[in-house]
Amino acid sequence: MNIKRLGIGVLTGLGLTTMVATEIAIAADQIFVPGLVYRTGPYAPNGIPFANGMQDYLTLINERDGGINGVKIVHEECETGYNTKVGVECYEKLKSKKPVTVIPNSTGITYQLIPKSYKDNIPLLTMGYGRTSAAVGSVFPWVFNFPATYWSQATAVISYIAGKEGGLASLKGKKIVHIYHNSAYGKEANPTLKVMAEKFGFNLTLLAVDHPGQEQKATWLQIRRKKPDWIFMSGWGVMNQVAVKEAAAQGFPMDKFIGNWWSGSENDVIPAGSKADGYIAATFHTPGGGTKLHADIKKYVYDKGLGGGDLSRTGEVLYIRGMLNHVFVVEAVRNAQKHFNVKVPNGAQMQWGYENTNVTSADWERIGLPGYPPIKVSCNDHEGGHPVLFQQWNASAKTWKVVSDWVPVMKDLVRPLMEADAAKFAKENNITPKSCS
Amino acid sequence: MEFLNLVLVAPIVDMIEYPSFFIEVVFGGLMSGVMYSLVALGFVLIFKASGVFNFSQGVFALFAALTLVGLMTGTVPFTLNKSLPELPAWVAIILTFIVMIGLAIAVERIVLRPLVNQDHIIMFMSTIGLAFVLEGLGDTIWGSEVKALDVGIPTGNFLIGEIQIQIFDLWAAGIAAFLVVVLAVFFQYTRTGRALRAVADDHQAALSVGIPLKNIWIIVWSVAGLVALVAGIMWGSKSGVQFSLSLIALKALPVLILGGFTSVPGAIVGGLIIGVGEKVAEVYWGPLVDGAIENWFAYVLALVFLLFRPQGLFGDKIIERV
Repeated sequence: MNIKRLGIGVLTGLGLTTMVATEIAIAADQIFVPGLVYRTGPYAPNGIPFANGMQDYLTLINERDGGINGVKIVHEECETGYNTKVGVECYEKLKSKKPVTVIPNSTGITYQLIPKSYKDNIPLLTMGYGRTSAAVGSVFPWVFNFPATYWSQATAVISYIAGKEGGLASLKGKKIVHIYHNSAYGKEANPTLKVMAEKFGFNLTLLAVDHPGQEQKATWLQIRRKKPDWIFMSGWGVMNQVAVKEAAAQGFPMDKFIGNWWSGSENDVIPAGSKADGYIAATFHTPGGGTKLHADIKKYVYDKGLGGGDLSRTGEVLYIRGMLNHVFVVEAVRNAQKHFNVKVPNGAQMQWGYENTNVTSADWERIGLPGYPPIKVSCNDHEGGHPVLFQQWNASAKTWKVVSDWVPVMKDLVRPLMEADAAKFAKENNITPKSCS
Repeated sequence: MEFLNLVLVAPIVDMIEYPSFFIEVVFGGLMSGVMYSLVALGFVLIFKASGVFNFSQGVFALFAALTLVGLMTGTVPFTLNKSLPELPAWVAIILTFIVMIGLAIAVERIVLRPLVNQDHIIMFMSTIGLAFVLEGLGDTIWGSEVKALDVGIPTGNFLIGEIQIQIFDLWAAGIAAFLVVVLAVFFQYTRTGRALRAVADDHQAALSVGIPLKNIWIIVWSVAGLVALVAGIMWGSKSGVQFSLSLIALKALPVLILGGFTSVPGAIVGGLIIGVGEKVAEVYWGPLVDGAIENWFAYVLALVFLLFRPQGLFGDKIIERV
């Protein structure tokens, strides 16, 4: 063995030892909440604030409250790079540590984990993404997608447009284009949009944009030809920034260009500078800092040097969304602890905790986010049917401003679609729906 | 019959019935092609001089754009603190080019020099490693958030008849044309350019006739750094500077297959053909299959060319002597 090989061997050995040493050990009296995050790769600019929000909220609960009802939370991140295959590997690696829940952080990963959830009995929280029909709890007992789904969001977007056009009847003959990321995520809203186009008589055009979406000239040439009245976008990452810039370059009015809630972060509009002014996006939470929760995050997390990122960015949309994920996890753990009189709930107990989520106005006040609408989940309704807000970008102030009331979703329209899709899934996979009576 | 009509007849009829839109699609394709060519040029330069397919060229563009934005916004490296004076775009561009030269020197010293006369596949593998190192380094030095880049290139549009022209696209075309002329003159008419071509043919032979290999490599990687800087500016101005910028390399691959890995004009013409081909396909045939065909269609187009000209449109013809 020569010296060089010996050196490589020693270094490799040290590396492996270090890897093993950095594995986080979970004690039996600790709550394990893993994080499938993407701090690297092309979608990292979105993944980083999201992961920071998730991490900081758990740090806050540990530092301020000593954990959930005194039980400490252990958080371990696994880097997915927003890659479905790697995300599944993370899940497999972490599931032996008995997580109370798994947040897949990607629609693609969610689709892969849904079949595993039946076997592993680990509840998945896919907040505002994932498979929409998983809202039907009798077929998807382990998947929760509250506070709202893509299909519900699409109905709120059409309601918002109708509000601007003078009512649902005024949609007849209007031209609406849906630009979508050509992935499982981007396609989710299409079936609902088609049903609504049929029902309300608007002319719908669907235009797919391939990953990552840096080049969209063909898409925007088609938009120029169609001359739509409104554009709705389900984009992600660089696709959003390029689309906003292309719209501006074509002179398309920004206040008629609506992004979904994954196309409405600061990252999506800042590159277009002043030309993004007026761009609209859906959201299921208010934008900006300044809440009591933010004050606590500063006091108990950042002032102690425990913050995951930069304090000045804690008011950003994706940071808040990351925090909200863990707000719901913590509330579900509280439910399960109280109901089953346990310190660390298991998967089935956590499932009960999610199914009995009932966040009232008083709860939002306690959490530090007053003004959020109540949300109630049930055994068969894992979505909750939360209303949707619309926010508009102010390019000079570099802030989002809420420009609508909470717009209700058309539950009567989407629920039958969800149930039909869930029934089809159950039939294809030989699943006997759970009784929720 | 219905299917054949949809695939073969209807798109052609559409083109003929609405010629101004067809012209706009072709023009848009040409302008996209110019942007692809800008990236492909960097690959060609390094391949010509060293026979190495530089996997890290896309990351070079990202690193250059990150450095440029960092200097323009007065960011202190490694801290994300914006307490340094903000530099005007032209000063920042010059300083970024100097950084890219420094990077070229580092690449020659650390990566290439130990691998002289190794198989090309080993050199290629080293550029894969280089891509990951540079990506991580860029993240560490300048941060990973999306950054706006505005070096003053005019935007907006104007109409010629019914055809909308994007002003940014015209600037991109002008800059690419200027770059190609400069590179063509450099390769064809300068002593260094000829030395570069000699090195590309055979490292050992070039060394034996006194061509300083290490200097040549530094020069060519510096020029590739300049091309990466230009590509980074143009693509970064379009989409903001962020890590997906490194993926622009994927847009250059079909261009290289089509235009040849050793030809500067090939990179340009290849880019234009790919640009027009994919836009026409997406607009006229894409709707038949729910769209988003342009990415893979570019590769199909390139592979069709490959069947007839394996060396690409302008690549050096491969002659093997017995």
